[in-house]
Amino acid sequence: MSLFFPSLRNKPAAAIAATFVVAAVLIAAPFIVGTMGNAGVRALAFAALYVMLALGLNIVVGFAGLLDLGYIAFYAVGAYMYALLASPHLTSNFPALAAMFPQGFHNSIWMVIPLGAAVAAFFGVVLGAPVLKLRGDYLAIVTLGFGEIIRIFLNNLNAPLNLTNGPQGITLIDPVNIAGVSFARTLDLGFVKLPSVYLYYYLFLLLTVITIVVCIRLQDSRLGRAWMAIREDDIAAKAMGINVRNVKLLAFALGATFGGVSGTMFAAFQGFVSPESFSLMESVIVLAMVVLGGLGHIPGVILGAVLLSLFPELLRHTVVPVQEQLFGRIIIDAEVLRMMLYGLAMVVIMLYRPKGLWPAPEHGVNPSTRGSAKAGATG
Amino acid sequence: MDTFFQQVINGLVLGSLYALIALGYTMVYGILNLINFAHGDVLMIGALTALTSILLLKAQFPDLPGWILLIAGMVVAIPTCVVASLIIERVAYRPLRGAPRLAPLITAIGVSIVLQTVAMLIWGRNYMTFPSLLPSDPIEVFGATVTVTKLVVIGLSAVIMIGLMVLVNRSKLGRAMRATAENPRVAGLMGVDPNMVIMITFAIGASLAAVAGVMLAATYSVAHFYMGFMPGLKAFTAAVLGGIGNIPGAMVGGLLLGLIEALGAGYIGELTGGVLGSHYQDVFAFVVLCAVLILRPSGLLGERVADRA
Repeated sequence: MSLFFPSLRNKPAAAIAATFVVAAVLIAAPFIVGTMGNAGVRALAFAALYVMLALGLNIVVGFAGLLDLGYIAFYAVGAYMYALLASPHLTSNFPALAAMFPQGFHNSIWMVIPLGAAVAAFFGVVLGAPVLKLRGDYLAIVTLGFGEIIRIFLNNLNAPLNLTNGPQGITLIDPVNIAGVSFARTLDLGFVKLPSVYLYYYLFLLLTVITIVVCIRLQDSRLGRAWMAIREDDIAAKAMGINVRNVKLLAFALGATFGGVSGTMFAAFQGFVSPESFSLMESVIVLAMVVLGGLGHIPGVILGAVLLSLFPELLRHTVVPVQEQLFGRIIIDAEVLRMMLYGLAMVVIMLYRPKGLWPAPEHGVNPSTRGSAKAGATG
Repeated sequence: MDTFFQQVINGLVLGSLYALIALGYTMVYGILNLINFAHGDVLMIGALTALTSILLLKAQFPDLPGWILLIAGMVVAIPTCVVASLIIERVAYRPLRGAPRLAPLITAIGVSIVLQTVAMLIWGRNYMTFPSLLPSDPIEVFGATVTVTKLVVIGLSAVIMIGLMVLVNRSKLGRAMRATAENPRVAGLMGVDPNMVIMITFAIGASLAAVAGVMLAATYSVAHFYMGFMPGLKAFTAAVLGGIGNIPGAMVGGLLLGLIEALGAGYIGELTGGVLGSHYQDVFAFVVLCAVLILRPSGLLGERVADRA
C-alpha cells in the first residue's frame, strides 16, 4: 500500500486524511457517474462485485500459489444457492415443498449469505482434498474440469427433477431486503433519493471493504505467511512444520467462500441466474484481473479488477461508434475485441511485467541470489 | 449387442483423434514440462483453414473427387498449424523458459483466447458445415454401421502413430528428442541443439493436431471457432491417463478415453434408469482425470514420479 498511500505507522494523519478522501470519492461516485444514466452505476456495482471475486481468487492463486481455473464454479454455487432459496422456482416445481412452505421460499439475505458461503467452502474442500497432492499445472486442469462439470450439471439438472431449470435459468429471484428496506425500489431518505442500483452499489462497496480488510488481515496472519511459504517452496514449508495439506485446503475453502458470497449478491442483483453466466471465460477473466493487477498483492488485484471490469464499458462506448464512423458498419464486435485484448494482455504482461501492473514490493530479496536459485531449480 | 459394437466403433474413432491430439501435448510436456494450452486451438485453426481451402477448391474445380479435396485440405492445414505453433513457441513460451511454472501456463491461456478471437474475426461465430467428401454410405460391421470417414480416421491415425514411434525410437532425430526430454543441458553438451529439437517437437505436434482437426471436422461435419477447446482438454486427460510425457501412453490413453466416453454415453441412460442422459458425456473425461490423478498420478504407462516439485 505504500506506493501511493501514506502508511498508518509513519504518517498517521496523512493516512487518515487519505482514507477519508478515498471514502468520499467512492461514496460520491454513483452521483457523479449517475448523471449519465444508471448504466454507469451498474457498471460500478459490477466492478465492486469483481473486486470481491478477484480478491477471493487471489487467496488461492496469489497467496497460496495454487492455480485455480474453475473459480467461477463457486460463484455459481453461491448464485444458485440464493436463486433456489429466494425464488418461487422450488415451490412451483415440488408440490410437497409448496405444502410445507405455503408462503414460498423467501429466505432473508442474513440466512442465505452464510449458507452460500458455507456451501461454497464445502465445495472448495471437496474439490481441494483429492487434488492437493498434485503439482500446479495438473491442479489447473482439474479445477478447470470441475468448473465445467458444475456448469454441465447446472445445464442439465432440469430433468428428471427440475432443480436448476436447465439452460433457461431461474427467474423471479427476490431482491435484497435489509431491515424492511427493499433494494428493488428507490429509497427516499428525505434529503436524497437512492435508486435501486445505488443501493446495491453501496451494499457491494461495504462487502468489498469487508473483503479487503479480511484479506489484509489474512495476509499478515500466521496462515497468510504459511500460504506464502508454500507458494515459494512447499517442501521447505513442510520442513518448517507447516501442515501443507490443511493450509492448502484452507486457502481453497476461504477463496471459495468469497466466491460464494459474491455469487449470492450477483443473483440478488440480477434477479436471474442461468448457466451461461458461469462459463470458463468468466474464470479466465477473473484470473486475468488477478494476474494483470499483481499476483498476491491486494492493491494490485483491486486495480486489476476495477480496470478490467470497467474496460468493456469503455470499449462499448468507443469501439462501436468509432467503427461506424470509419467504415459505416461494425467490423469488430466490442465483445470479441475485449476477449482478444484480455488474451493479448495476459501474454504481454507475463512476458514484460510478470508480477503484474502493481506488483508486491519485494522484501529483502537479493536479486543475484534469486537468479541463481532459479537456475538451480530448473537445471 | 448392437449398441455395444456401435459404441466401440464410435469410441475407436473418437479415441484415435484424442490420441493424435494427446501426442502433441505429451511430446511438448515431456521436453518442456509445459502444458501447451493453445494446442486445442491450433487444431481448430487447422480445421478452419482446411475448410476454407476445400471450399475454394471446390468452387474452382467442382468435379474433383472428395478424397483429393480432403488431402488438399490437410496439405494446407499442416503448414498453417506448424507456422502458428512455431510462432506461439517463439513468442509466448521460449522467453519464459526457467520462469515460475505459472507464467507459461498463463501465457498459454492468453494465446488460446487470442487464437479463438482471431478465428472468430476471420470465420465468424457460427457453426460451419464441413462438406462430406468421402462416400457416406453406411457399411455394416457386426451389426454396427460405419462410414468410410470413420474407417479412414482409424486407419490414418494408426499409420501416423506407427510412423511416429519409428521416428522417435529409430532415427537420429528421435534420439535427440529423447535425450532432450531426459535432460536438455546434457543433451546440449552432447551436440544436440535443444532449441531446434523443441521447435521440431512443436512442429510435429502441430502437424498431428492439423490432421486431427481436419478429421474431427470431417467426422462430425461441423467446424467452428470453439471446436478445439473440448477435444484439447480431453486429449490432455488422455495424455495424463497414459502417463504424461510418455508417447505410447498418449496413444493408449487416447483410445481408452474414447472407448470410456462412447460406452459411457451409450449406457449411462440404461444404467441410471434414465436419470442421467448422454449429455453427461463430457463429464466422463473429467471423472477419469480426477480418478487417475488420485489413484495413479504417473498414469498407466508412466514411470516418472508426477510430483517433481
